[in-house]
Amino acid sequence: MLNFNMPRYEIIRNEKKCINCKVCAKQCANEVHSYDEADNIMRADEALCVNCHRCVLLCPTKALTVKKYPLEFKENANWTAEAMNEIYKQAETGGVLLTSMGNPKPFPIYWDKMLLNASQVTNPSIDPLREPMEIKTFIGRNPDKLEFDGKGKLITKMPPKLELNAPIMFSAMSYGSISKNAHESLARAAAELGIYYNTGEGGLNKEFYKYGKNTIVQVASGRFGIDKKYLNTGAAIEIKIGQGAKPGIGGHLPGAKVDEDVSATRMIPEGSDAISPAPHHDIYSIEDLRQLIYSLKEVTGYKKPVFVKIAAVHNAAAIASGIARAGADAIVIDGFRGGTGAAPARVRDNVGIPIELALAAIDQRLREEGIRNSVSLIIAGSIRNSADIVKAVALGADAVYIASAALIAMGCHMCHSCMGGKCNWGIATQKANLVKRLNPDIMYKRLVNLVSAWNHEIQEILGGMGINAIDSLRGNRFMLRGIGLNDKELEILGIKYAGEAI
Amino acid sequence: MITINAKNIHYRALNDSIDKAVRTSKNIKLTDVCGQRYIGRGLDENIKIKIYGTPGNDTAAYMDGAELEIFGSAQDALANTMNRGKIIVHGHCGDTAGYAMRGGEIYVEGSVGYRVGIHMKEYRDLKPVIVVGGAAGDFLGEYMAGGAIILLGLGLSKNERITGRFCATGMHGGAIYLYGGTDAFNLGKEAAEVKLTNSDKEFLKKHVKAYAKHFNKNLSAVKVNNFKKYAALNKNPYENMYCKN
Ligand code: SF4
Ligand code: SF4
Repeated sequence: MLNFNMPRYEIIRNEKKCINCKVCAKQCANEVHSYDEADNIMRADEALCVNCHRCVLLCPTKALTVKKYPLEFKENANWTAEAMNEIYKQAETGGVLLTSMGNPKPFPIYWDKMLLNASQVTNPSIDPLREPMEIKTFIGRNPDKLEFDGKGKLITKMPPKLELNAPIMFSAMSYGSISKNAHESLARAAAELGIYYNTGEGGLNKEFYKYGKNTIVQVASGRFGIDKKYLNTGAAIEIKIGQGAKPGIGGHLPGAKVDEDVSATRMIPEGSDAISPAPHHDIYSIEDLRQLIYSLKEVTGYKKPVFVKIAAVHNAAAIASGIARAGADAIVIDGFRGGTGAAPARVRDNVGIPIELALAAIDQRLREEGIRNSVSLIIAGSIRNSADIVKAVALGADAVYIASAALIAMGCHMCHSCMGGKCNWGIATQKANLVKRLNPDIMYKRLVNLVSAWNHEIQEILGGMGINAIDSLRGNRFMLRGIGLNDKELEILGIKYAGEAI
Repeated sequence: MITINAKNIHYRALNDSIDKAVRTSKNIKLTDVCGQRYIGRGLDENIKIKIYGTPGNDTAAYMDGAELEIFGSAQDALANTMNRGKIIVHGHCGDTAGYAMRGGEIYVEGSVGYRVGIHMKEYRDLKPVIVVGGAAGDFLGEYMAGGAIILLGLGLSKNERITGRFCATGMHGGAIYLYGGTDAFNLGKEAAEVKLTNSDKEFLKKHVKAYAKHFNKNLSAVKVNNFKKYAALNKNPYENMYCKN
């Protein structure tokens, strides 16, 4: 069958600079580059390129660049090249379009339509370099009231809490979807930073049990790698109901990625597909969710906070209220830009809502119901920088999860090809020769650098607002103003327009 | 043997007292159990609990070696994500028994509800087995990834079927053995009937015998040759469903 799809990228090789060293051929797991002995020249099969920049960066003479393929269709605002190419692909294969990472479509990014406040004259700003600034964050439930005995000693039993040195955690990415070295980097960075990383739904590799006190272990519908020891090893447990990149649908790690080590971690046979059903089949209601929350609490002696993670969907606020009432210690909301190792493109690009709106709606609803204080709210789904975090906290989040940003810190170039399992950066792959490209000794440091830098920036911005504790910003929407937003958006976000005074 | 009367005790207190009791005795008897959840959750080897009454949902969740004998029926999600251990139910059992169970054995004297054995797994020396005396509801062995489910279909009336609809839907590992088989239209498209091997027959003999012993029944009329075996057509059922974008 004639392939109607032209390459997406053009490889441009500067013949003057190229020294035929073949590094590009060795570096590209997609086998784009090859050496043509007869003509003593490097050639490229552009159709295979995913534009991950590996060859470009590793080329010793910087002879390479990758560009968008210049071929254009007749201009058509409706039948775009993308729309047509997808049809060509599906007509050829009959397959569901599978993609990776987060929603790339040009939907509004509300973080960029909100501006922060700062102090001028009337309340002095604070210099975090020289003045105390409290950024420690606690995640967990708060009791309804505190009781003290005659001598003033607290007698209320406090629910378990996580203590974070920054309002940032590494979001769930399973071993299987990402490599062991990537997991090790996340675990070590979390330990050094005094924060947490999340195992995702693929179990916990035996070698990483030692990072348990900085680990959040996940329980998803496939129940991979879950036993008593796993649950008791983590500092907290997260029930994954949904994921922002693919709300309402399950997961599916192809058998080809289930090698010996992944099989041992997931506790399933080698080569067997790891299928996560769309729902947990023991949860059809909030009452059932409560049953799972408490089964996890029972088997861990009520010592671990239990999170429940859902995708940001239209009804998220009501569902979040149910989750709080079901007894969860923290609610995690994953917005529609959240990444994934593999998801059907149509679902990723069309299902779910922006995290900013979901967060504002949930925080508002929980406040109205008088239960916001009893539970922590964690958000995820494309936090790109520290300003996003400050805005999220002002909208009501206790902490954020980052995943795509963490992968980018480790070299991800957002080629959206994780599903192929041939990540040239050693992240979304289980191939030993690729995994070893990711050196945990270096990568954990880069993660530490990123989070430390963001932490400084957060403190700087807080200080500028005259706030010396992140708790004072939480849900403080007076610190936000909208720009380029309509009335409805302002109403949902619960903020005023730039230029409006209190 | 320590006896705990569960009457009007909340599950948390009951499970706490079981935890305390197992420190001094490995044999526990629970009386007047009425819907308390999570009994036996996470309990280790060598612990034996006799349960009189009706234990609640998620009995034996994450259990890791203990043995439960239930003199009564079990509710939903028995042996949820169980790792090891043995459960004998002198009665019937609700939905999703053995959800994601990785190892151990469940013997149910009577029948079971919907989605039993859903996403059962196996791993190395762990191979879970569910033996049911009667029939099962819809979606038996859905997403099954390992282990074995055996249905004896004892005492079914003429119009009663041994399984409901959608049996073995999404199955990608393990085996389901049905006495007399089920109608093809009840079977999910990911599974098919396969031939009984000699080792299957040995396996069935062993478990039929164990069932007869646990429930004190004479099963000489049950002939292993009459079992039909169903297995996954493919351990990677959805491999060709996608195209990379
Ligand atoms: S896939 Fe990556 S390494 Fe291969 S040619 Fe394209 S940019 Fe270079
Ligand atoms: S993790 Fe690897 S495959 Fe996935 S988008 Fe990043 S660079 Fe590409």
